[in-house]
Amino acid sequence: MEIIVCIRRAPTTDARIKPAADGKNYDPAGINFDISEYDKFALEAGIELKEKHGGKATVLSLGPSAVSKELRTAIAMGCDAASLLVSDGNHDSWAVASALAAKIKTMPHDLLLFGWNSVDSQSSATGQMVAELLGLACVSVAVALEVKDGVAHVERLASGGNRERVVVKLPAVITCQKGLNKPRQPNMKGLMNAKKTVIDESPANAPADGVTVLRMDPPPPRPAGKIVGKGPEAAKALVGLLRNEAKVI
Amino acid sequence: MSKNVLVYVEFADDKPSKAGLQALGAGCRLARQLGGEAIALIAGADVAGHAAGLGAFGASKVQVAQGEQFRVYSQDGLSRLLAQQADAVQAVAVLTSATPAGKDFMARAAASRKCGLASDCTNLEVEGGKIVATRPVFAGKALVKVAAPGTLWATLRPNVFAVETAGFTAGIEPVSVTFGVGDLRAVVREIVAGAKGKLDVAEAEIIVSGGRGLKDPAGEGKQNWDNLEKLAATIGAAVGASRAVVDAGWRPHGDQVGQTGKTVSPKLYIACAISGAIQHLAGMSGSKVIVAINKDETAPIFKIADYGIVGNVEDVVPALTAAFAEALKA
Ligand SMILES: Cc1cc2nc3c(=O)[nH]c(=O)nc-3n(C[C@H](O)[C@H](O)[C@H](O)COP(=O)(O)OP(=O)(O)OC[C@H]3O[C@@H](n4cnc5c(N)ncnc54)[C@H](O)[C@@H]3O)c2cc1C
Ligand SMILES: Nc1ncnc2c1ncn2[C@@H]1O[C@H](COP(=O)(O)O)[C@@H](O)[C@H]1O
Repeated sequence: MEIIVCIRRAPTTDARIKPAADGKNYDPAGINFDISEYDKFALEAGIELKEKHGGKATVLSLGPSAVSKELRTAIAMGCDAASLLVSDGNHDSWAVASALAAKIKTMPHDLLLFGWNSVDSQSSATGQMVAELLGLACVSVAVALEVKDGVAHVERLASGGNRERVVVKLPAVITCQKGLNKPRQPNMKGLMNAKKTVIDESPANAPADGVTVLRMDPPPPRPAGKIVGKGPEAAKALVGLLRNEAKVI
Repeated sequence: MSKNVLVYVEFADDKPSKAGLQALGAGCRLARQLGGEAIALIAGADVAGHAAGLGAFGASKVQVAQGEQFRVYSQDGLSRLLAQQADAVQAVAVLTSATPAGKDFMARAAASRKCGLASDCTNLEVEGGKIVATRPVFAGKALVKVAAPGTLWATLRPNVFAVETAGFTAGIEPVSVTFGVGDLRAVVREIVAGAKGKLDVAEAEIIVSGGRGLKDPAGEGKQNWDNLEKLAATIGAAVGASRAVVDAGWRPHGDQVGQTGKTVSPKLYIACAISGAIQHLAGMSGSKVIVAINKDETAPIFKIADYGIVGNVEDVVPALTAAFAEALKA
C-alpha cells in the first residue's frame, strides 16, 4: 500500500502570537515550531498501516526549507521517504491543497492522510480540498481506521456528537483526529535513518490564495475583571452580577 | 455578479438547527447590505415540510433538495449540491454553520469551484462593496480579516450570529440533482448516536468547564463532578473540560476546550479549578463573559476572567448552583 502523509509545520501551542509589521502575518521572532498536533496522528496511522500491510509511507509537506526538521522527525518515527515543496510564503488552504495535489498526482498513492485541522490556520479544509482536486473520496475526522482488501473502515466524529462508521474504497483521503492512536516517539534506529535520508525537494508552485488575508489583529483586550469574593459566600453576589451587570442569566 | 447569498441550513433532530438558523440570519443581513437576496437551501430525505417555516427566519426563497441521497450525511452529496446551487443562483457568498458537517463538506464544495474557504468566521461585513470575513486563527490568539476575489465560501461559528426576526413569505423551489445514493463514495454503515440530549460545547450558549482541580471522578473527585453536572443542568449549560482532564481519561475528548480541542464563544463560560494555560485560554477567551473559580488567587485564569471567586470548588460550586436556582426561580 502506498501511503502519503501530509504534515504541516506550525508554531508550538504555547507560542504567543503577535501580528508582524506587515499587519497580515504573525511575527515569527522567538517562536518554536513543531509538527501540527493532529498530523502526528496521521503519521502514526500511516506508519502502522504500512507496518501491517507492507508498502511505503511517504511524508509530504509544503513550507520553507526549515520544514526538513519536521520531515526528519517523521522519518525517525518510521516513514520511508520525505518530499518537501519549498515555499517561504504564507498560503491559504486552497493554495496549499492545489500545490499538494499537483505533487501527489505524480506519486503512486492508495491512501492520503491529513490532520483534520491545523493548530495555526485552523481551516479544517486542506484534506477535503486535495480529495476534490484529485477526484478522490474523503472521510474526515477519523477516530478509528482499518484497511481490509482495499477498503478503509473508518469511524468519524459527526455532527450532534454522533459517530459514523463509514466504508470507503481506496484510493481515498482520510483526515485524522485525536483518539485514532498514540503517536510513537522516534527510536535510535529511526533517528540514524533520518540523518541519512535525502529529502526530495522541489519548488511549491502554489497558485494565488483562494481567500486573501487583508489584516491580522490581536484579539480585542478584555476589560479588567474583578474578584467578587472568597469562598461560597460570594456565590450570591456573583449570580447578582451575572444577572444585573453582565445580563447573561 | 449577482448579489445573492446562498445559505445551507443544517438540520438537527429533524428540524432546522439553531446554528443553521444563525447562519441564515447572518446571510440575510449580508444580502440586505449587498442589496441582494438570501436564499436558504435545505436537504434531506424528508425536509420539504420545513421549507415554508424558514421565511420567518429571513429567507425570501427556500430551495429544497429532497431525496434518499440526502438521508444520511455525505460529504460527496452535500458538496455537489452546494456547488450546483451556488452556480445556479450565481451566489456572491455561500454560507453554512461551522459544525462538524459544515466544516467537512464546504471545503470540498469550495475547491470544486476553485475557491478557498473562510472557516469558522465570527463576523461578516461589507467594506467598499466587498465582503470581508473575520476569523480567529491559533484558536483565537489572533484574528484575521479575509476576502475572496470571487465568491466567498464561509462557515460561521455557532452562537456568534443572531437569528433573524424580520420575516418573509418564502418562495419555495424544488431542486433536482443528477446523482443518487450509488454515487456517494463514502458509505455510512452505521451511526452510533451520541448521548441523547447532550449539548455539544461548540454549540452551547453556556459552558461550565472543569479542570484538574476537580480530581478523579472515579475516586475522590466524584462529588465534584456530580456537583459540576448539577450546576450545568441548573443553568442549561454544556460541560467542558481542560486537556489535563481529558488526558487523564476523566472526560471524553469532545469536551476539551482549547487550541487542540474546541474553540468556543458562549455567552457565559464558568471555569472551575482550571489554571488558565495559554492553550486553554486560546480556546475560550472569545466568550462573552468569563467566570473563574480557583483556590489560587494568582492563577492565570483570573487575568482574563470578568468575575472571579477565590475558593474551593468543593463548596463554591454547590453554593453557586443554589444561588442560580434561587435567581432563576425569582
Ligand atoms: C501541544 C499541547 C496542546 C494543548 N492543548 C490544550 C487544550 O486544547 N486545552 C487545554 O485545556 N489544555 C491544553 N494543553 C495543556 C495545558 O498546557 C495545561 O496543561 C492544561 O490546560 C492544564 O489543565 P488544568 O488547568 O485543568 O490543570 P492545572 O494546570 O493542574 O490546574 C488546576 C487548577 O485547579 C486549581 N485547583 C486545584 N484544586 C482546587 C480546588 N479544590 N478548588 C479550586 N481550585 C482548585 C489549582 O489552583 C490550579 O489552578 C495543551 C498542552 C500541549 C503541550
Ligand atoms: N503546508 C502544508 N503542507 C502539508 N500538509 C499541510 C499543509 N497545510 C496543511 N496541511 C495538512 O492539512 C491539514 C489541515 O489543515 P488546515 O486545512 O489548515 O486545517 C493539516 O493537518 C495537514 O495534514
